[in-house]
Amino acid sequence: MDQRHKFIKLVISIFPIIIFLCLWEVTARAAATPLFPAFSNVLKESYILIKNGVLLKNFLPSFVRVVVGYLLGCSAGIVVGTFMGINRFAEYTLSPLISFLFPIPTLGWLPLLMLWIGINEALPITLIFICAFFPVAYNTHTGIKEVKKEYIDTARTLGASPGFILVHVIFPLAAPNIFTGLRMESGMVWRTVIAAEMFAIPNGIGSLLMNAESLLRVDIIMVCLLLLSIVCTFFERSLLWLENKTTGAWR
Amino acid sequence: MSKIFLKNITTSYCLKNVTMEASSGELIAVTGFTGAGKSTLLNVISGLTEYEGEVFIDGRNVDFVPPEKRGVGYLMQNVNLFPHLNVFDNVAFGLRARKSCPSEMVKSKTEQILDLLKIGHLKDRYTKYLSGGEKQRVGLARALVTENRILLLDEPFSSLDPSATIDLTNELKRLQNILHLTVIYVTHHYEEVEDIADRTVVISEGTLCSLERPLVSFDPLRLISAGCY
Repeated sequence: MDQRHKFIKLVISIFPIIIFLCLWEVTARAAATPLFPAFSNVLKESYILIKNGVLLKNFLPSFVRVVVGYLLGCSAGIVVGTFMGINRFAEYTLSPLISFLFPIPTLGWLPLLMLWIGINEALPITLIFICAFFPVAYNTHTGIKEVKKEYIDTARTLGASPGFILVHVIFPLAAPNIFTGLRMESGMVWRTVIAAEMFAIPNGIGSLLMNAESLLRVDIIMVCLLLLSIVCTFFERSLLWLENKTTGAWR
Repeated sequence: MSKIFLKNITTSYCLKNVTMEASSGELIAVTGFTGAGKSTLLNVISGLTEYEGEVFIDGRNVDFVPPEKRGVGYLMQNVNLFPHLNVFDNVAFGLRARKSCPSEMVKSKTEQILDLLKIGHLKDRYTKYLSGGEKQRVGLARALVTENRILLLDEPFSSLDPSATIDLTNELKRLQNILHLTVIYVTHHYEEVEDIADRTVVISEGTLCSLERPLVSFDPLRLISAGCY
């Protein structure tokens, strides 16, 4: 795609957002109610929250929880999914278990984990771990199973050991599926942490949202929602960039 | 000593009590109808399929030797170039898999074989940007770079037009002479290999019929009269 096309695509993508923000501003000003603040007021409130450190103070714990839980869940998911993909015994034993637990909505675990773990840092991290683990394990398993046997046979006749084949043939060819799992969950883990913080954790963006709701501060709620939108998009786009960087040249 | 010796090979659904040998530097054409067991024969030699009987390579029994240690180059029907690697990395794959080969040697050997097959200019390309003939050449380079003296070819040029096939079979004969290869060439288009084969073997319903010289043309009626069908 040449530069001109890229520019046109960018303008076309940004245009609806600008229209939406203008409509929001005009409608909110016309309504003139604190329950529906104008976009400019939300921006003003964002500036205040950044300046007084409230936003960062609440964002950082959420961010750390998401990063730790997501990395642990994805790592465990890739390890278990790989094990299921390359070992038939592991596949036969773990696959039914994962199929049984996978459909449970992540937030369904919350009451149980509150009783088992208590209300502390381990609670949201465990929830995020569960949220990331199952889809990543499933996609890794599927990705590895979809690698054509002919590629593995070819690698064997070329003298490659099973470990070499796993690293240099199976993982790269399964990467698109693995990335799909990673990307799917990169937004979902934020939804999960917010829900956990709303109900059970006294700090974080979810907690800030609940406090703002009890004080009828809709402008703060909207600041949090905008922040979440930006962070989720950043997470997903970063993974998309990484995926294109590693698999884009040959797909 | 024969390079390859198969003794009473039987597989579960194809070959029946097949015995065959190939001498060093020989190019044997294996032909027969679809489903006769031609590809299975190559899979037995390379160790990719289970079998009953015995396989000897260079006089050594390799029945319990896995494919990665049999020292056999194998170009499969679909070539199976790794899509995530460019041409250079595809060809260098076998050398890198043998960790004893230092990276400088990997580079020089790979470039040497790419030049030998006249595909040096393609080395940075991913396989999706290659034509059918280029893919076959890359596959051949990859099978040869590890310096195995045995090369198994499973309908290697079946997807190419006749002129490209003639070009590549002549190339193959040239390489066989340079590298002193023992080649087993499976095809059901016998015409493509009749000029370069030293000997022809016909497989019919899992059994084998050896003809001392190449057939003038692949004529099923002639094979029937020779007792092969």
